[in-house]
Amino acid sequence: MKIDFTRNETLVALIILGFCVIAAVSDPRFLSMATLTDLLRGGIVMGIFAVAALLVLLSGGIDVSFTAVAAFAMYTTAMLLNTLAPGVPWPVAFALAMSIGAALGAINGILIAGFGLPTLIVTLGTLSVFRGFMLAFIGSKQITTLPEGMREFGRMMMIRGTNADGSFYSLHWAFAATVLVVVVTWFLLHRTLLGRQIFAIGGSEESARRIGINVQAVQFFVYVYVGVLAGLAGVIHASMARVANPFDLVGLELSVIAAVVLGGARLAGGYGTLTGTLLGVALIVLVRNSLIVIGIPNTWQSIAVGVLILIGTGVPAWQAKRAAARAS
Amino acid sequence: MTIQAPSRLTGLFASTEARLAVIALVVFVAMSLLSPDRFLSAQNMTSMAFQFPEFAILALAMTLTMLTGGIDLSVVGAANLSAIVAATILTQFAGPEATGAAALVWLGLSMAAAVAVGLAAGLFNGIAIAIFGLPPILATLGSGLIFTGIAVALTGGSAVMGLPASAAWLGNGLVLGIPVPLILFAVLAAGLSFILTRTGFGLKVQMFGANPLAARFAAMNVTSLLIRVYLMSGVFAAIAGMVVMSRANSAKADYGSSYLLLAVLIAVLGGVNPYGGYGRVIGVVLAVLSMQFLSSGLNMLQVSNFARELIWGTLLIFVMLVNTRPVLRLRRTAKPASNP
Repeated sequence: MKIDFTRNETLVALIILGFCVIAAVSDPRFLSMATLTDLLRGGIVMGIFAVAALLVLLSGGIDVSFTAVAAFAMYTTAMLLNTLAPGVPWPVAFALAMSIGAALGAINGILIAGFGLPTLIVTLGTLSVFRGFMLAFIGSKQITTLPEGMREFGRMMMIRGTNADGSFYSLHWAFAATVLVVVVTWFLLHRTLLGRQIFAIGGSEESARRIGINVQAVQFFVYVYVGVLAGLAGVIHASMARVANPFDLVGLELSVIAAVVLGGARLAGGYGTLTGTLLGVALIVLVRNSLIVIGIPNTWQSIAVGVLILIGTGVPAWQAKRAAARAS
Repeated sequence: MTIQAPSRLTGLFASTEARLAVIALVVFVAMSLLSPDRFLSAQNMTSMAFQFPEFAILALAMTLTMLTGGIDLSVVGAANLSAIVAATILTQFAGPEATGAAALVWLGLSMAAAVAVGLAAGLFNGIAIAIFGLPPILATLGSGLIFTGIAVALTGGSAVMGLPASAAWLGNGLVLGIPVPLILFAVLAAGLSFILTRTGFGLKVQMFGANPLAARFAAMNVTSLLIRVYLMSGVFAAIAGMVVMSRANSAKADYGSSYLLLAVLIAVLGGVNPYGGYGRVIGVVLAVLSMQFLSSGLNMLQVSNFARELIWGTLLIFVMLVNTRPVLRLRRTAKPASNP
């Protein structure tokens, strides 16, 4: 198979590989089950967010409000269930959080698809609105006693074990949710008409309209779907952390978008892959968890992420510019 | 802008800036009526005048970059890095006890250093965007992380404290009874407005924002133009950083992190087209005033800080809805015609 070095996926995969080699050389314990499960655990919530962000980018928009949707859904779910029905099983909690997410996503959808407002501005506004509404009217204190269902889910481990050196490792079942989200979204994007329509709108909204795509309906669907995914990510985050902190998650949105773009999705829309997105997430999580292993102090974390974003977007941009110059 | 005002009244509301002026006025009057003795007090007026310039200056930087169809997400990082460099110089060489001429000299030097850092940050962004062709949103997102990261690495994440007393003048001083930060903001806003409306550079910025391809074909030196725009944005950020440092009497890597989205919000609220080509400084000033009246007024009415965030977001969406209403009307009338 020929490797295409101009693709972001290749670049990111090579960086990940290089990182792992350096890390393994400087500390052989890096190559352990614990590192892998830490990496996977760190990627659960971010992975779901990244899939959501990818979908919006593909449709030619940008969404910065999904973290606020997630925090809103998680906190409100915990609050509602604690007061109304603390004993319900976890699927109910999940369904509730996802419905709240869908409702908030629908607000974005109405403003963007219905009124034709610019996506960045709308979601910037709704970020403040959702967060402000939650903190002012629903609550701003941590919920440390989660409803029974969410606590139960928090304890569900897929793999559990002990390393040779006696440290524990475990992988949460929530990881399955991320896998499921990726599979469902892959099917949606590549095996349904709706998926092709999302790509078409991202490529050119006007052309999509002229070939008879109901642009407004597709856009509306995208933002509702993103809301559902954000709600899911929120309830998983709270269950795994065993606390619903309304100040969590918000602030993560730009890192998530950075991960997606690092994976090769274009801000202009119409182009991006799930593989690239997941690689981007893996790289960001790797940098967050294991920078110290390759000898870079943790205070340098945000410099590393910044440099990665510049390289990840700079190399393809520079190549595209050179190609354009050669063509003319 | 289309001229189709049938009456004077609708003509008055035709421009974004006029609508904003009405909003600012309505908010001011409403707050004055709801809490007359406190909102209209001289004390409140001065405290408002001290509060808004720091993020308003960042909004000016955002306005300038948005005019070219770009955005500068690194302003807060650049502001904090500049402030940390300045504060380090002040604490290392002047110390909290420094007074008189020595303190003033160090203050001047630290300001020069801050501006130099701002210029360096702007140059970095400009090169990434103009020469390497990175999308501005990603280039400045990445560079903002790097600037913040350098600030964290320099300070270990803690605040730089122990500034000489004279450093407080920039953020807390009064000249003829007018707060210094307000004067600074007024000078910068007037300067930016002059540059945008009265110089060739300003015209080119707007032309490039309206149509980058046409600008290129018109033999405009796009690379130098963009680099200059981001250099200016970096300098504005450095000045805002100095104001924050002076007001907080310290510098820290995570000060003002909420100012980033606020600056974007103000610029957009002020009628700046985020896709480039249109924006007026007066609109941004009016947007800043509306936000400040609203937030101070709500503060007096004992509304929580969180509700303020809710109201800001609502205001932004409301203004966008009002601004795009003509487009909607067009869409609605166009639809039946295309479907006979």
